[in-house]
Amino acid sequence: MALPEKQPVQKKFIDPAAVKKSISQRLVVNNVTKVVFLIGLLFGLVVLGILLFGVIRDGAAWLSLDFLQNAPSRRPDRAGIYPALMGSIFLMLLIIPMIFILGVGAAIYLEEYAKKGRMTSFIEVNISNLAGVPSIVFGLLGLTFFVRNMGFGSTLIAGALTLALMSLPVVIVSSQEAIRAVPQAMRHASLALGASKWQTTFKVVLPASLPGVITGIILAVSRAIGETAPLIMVGAAIFIARAPEGIFSEFTALPIQIYNWTSRPQADFQGLAAAGIIILMVILLTMNSLAIWIRNRFSKRY
Amino acid sequence: MSWMKKTALITTVASIAVVGAACGNDKGGSSSSSDLSGKIAIDGSSTVFPIMEAVGEEYSIEQPDVDVTVGVSGTGGGFKRFVVGETDLSNASREIKEEEAAEAEKNSIEYTKLALAYDGLTVAISKENTWVKEMTLDQLEKIWLDPNVKTWKDVDSSYPAEPIKFFSPGKDSGTFDFFSEKVLEKKDMRKDVQLSEDDNVLVKGVEGTKGAIGYFGYAYYAENKDKLKEVPLSAEGKNAVDPTPETIQDLSYPLSREIYTYVNNKSLKDKKQVADFVKFTNENAGDLSEEVGYIKMPQDRYDENTKAIEDAMK
Repeated sequence: MALPEKQPVQKKFIDPAAVKKSISQRLVVNNVTKVVFLIGLLFGLVVLGILLFGVIRDGAAWLSLDFLQNAPSRRPDRAGIYPALMGSIFLMLLIIPMIFILGVGAAIYLEEYAKKGRMTSFIEVNISNLAGVPSIVFGLLGLTFFVRNMGFGSTLIAGALTLALMSLPVVIVSSQEAIRAVPQAMRHASLALGASKWQTTFKVVLPASLPGVITGIILAVSRAIGETAPLIMVGAAIFIARAPEGIFSEFTALPIQIYNWTSRPQADFQGLAAAGIIILMVILLTMNSLAIWIRNRFSKRY
Repeated sequence: MSWMKKTALITTVASIAVVGAACGNDKGGSSSSSDLSGKIAIDGSSTVFPIMEAVGEEYSIEQPDVDVTVGVSGTGGGFKRFVVGETDLSNASREIKEEEAAEAEKNSIEYTKLALAYDGLTVAISKENTWVKEMTLDQLEKIWLDPNVKTWKDVDSSYPAEPIKFFSPGKDSGTFDFFSEKVLEKKDMRKDVQLSEDDNVLVKGVEGTKGAIGYFGYAYYAENKDKLKEVPLSAEGKNAVDPTPETIQDLSYPLSREIYTYVNNKSLKDKKQVADFVKFTNENAGDLSEEVGYIKMPQDRYDENTKAIEDAMK
């Protein structure tokens, strides 16, 4: 039992004190960053929570079936959001096919067909830049081109085309990402089996990238139907007693109606605006949940 | 993609479309007593909008087949569309400007001006401001023009040295134009003014700043009497007058103003629904304007309008 004392002094390869010091430093940094990031998260959440609380507190009392079915009115208790709600839904139904065909088409061309060169990357840079252009600029474009030059007037189709143009860059970029994520091996396999380029694109690449493409489209549409500025530029009406009847009808949309109500002097209209915000929020949340569901349902198969 | 998943995806997309289409079903177009149809395009001032919304609402009960649309591009924005013939009526919180009239003439657009109601531009200060009892228009002009006026002491030496903060409607609004013409004599407003297109923002600003001064339409003051204080105003050599419905109506309040709608004469002549709507507007604008916070004009002013409409239709 005397052996332990005879043990030679081991050379210290690791100095516990130094390690401890260094580890405690790292732990401090670790904790500090954790707190910073948590604050970052909480800041957004708290602000969102306050906003939601305010909106629901002000608006919940105004929500009713009548609110969904009535036209706007000078009397807050009779005022409803029907034409605006319909306007927004019609806009959505017009925008989705437009941006699907144009956006995905452009993305497929850029990824599958276009020769990678200076010209293509120039176009791609420009598309990415377009995604950052303020929406009101698209409104101006819509006013000059669709409303005036093409002679559509301030109609649903002019509004939808304007919003579609605004959403296109985002859709093209996200579709490109999705198409790029399809493994080359899939294309090669398809081509090796004798499929043509078009067959490969349509039957292999597009289905494989569809979840990403659709997620991008839904997010772009969610943003588009929350826009006020371009629609006001295009000349969307604020008072309109009826829902649009066709693509050449005058129209209004939820954000415009909300904007109008918030600027009225009577306090009751602020409540109506809050109720309108709740409706818009429900639509947006539904769209976003749909995007998440589609992504989870159809992704990660390759 | 498997057949089932494809079906699921298609179902999803289709169900969005179906939900939309189902909601799109009209609530039943009941129209029996109506004989008019067609469109009436109205745009212009957001100040006049509440009146036109009310008129449009009542009119759509009377003539459900006529599509009335009212936009709010602002007085100037509305005239831009009006003078090229895009709209039938243009709401305005000031009179048409020379440039705009010239443009209309160039496009051979003739029009008729109809006054709809009175509004009193109200100058408001914070509740905490205990020193200002009244102001003259000259005083107002001086403080809104002169960048050297920093505190209330610069306005009157008996006032405390509380910094002044200015709140004004945006430069595109007819309210700004009116103030600029009536009070500032068209000189340039000082630069450190907080501008906002949204009058509720101005109300909030004046409410929350001890040394604030701002101006907006009477309706915004009337709805916020508990949060703001109005400033009685005096024109040169007269007593200070408080903005009230009476003083605004008899024009003794110095910043009493008329608000208008301009009608395209061609629409008036050629479109039956426009003629009918304009008459309806003239008959009902007085009462409806009271409901939305403006002040009715005396009956003879509406009679003048009736005559102007008849003349224009000849």
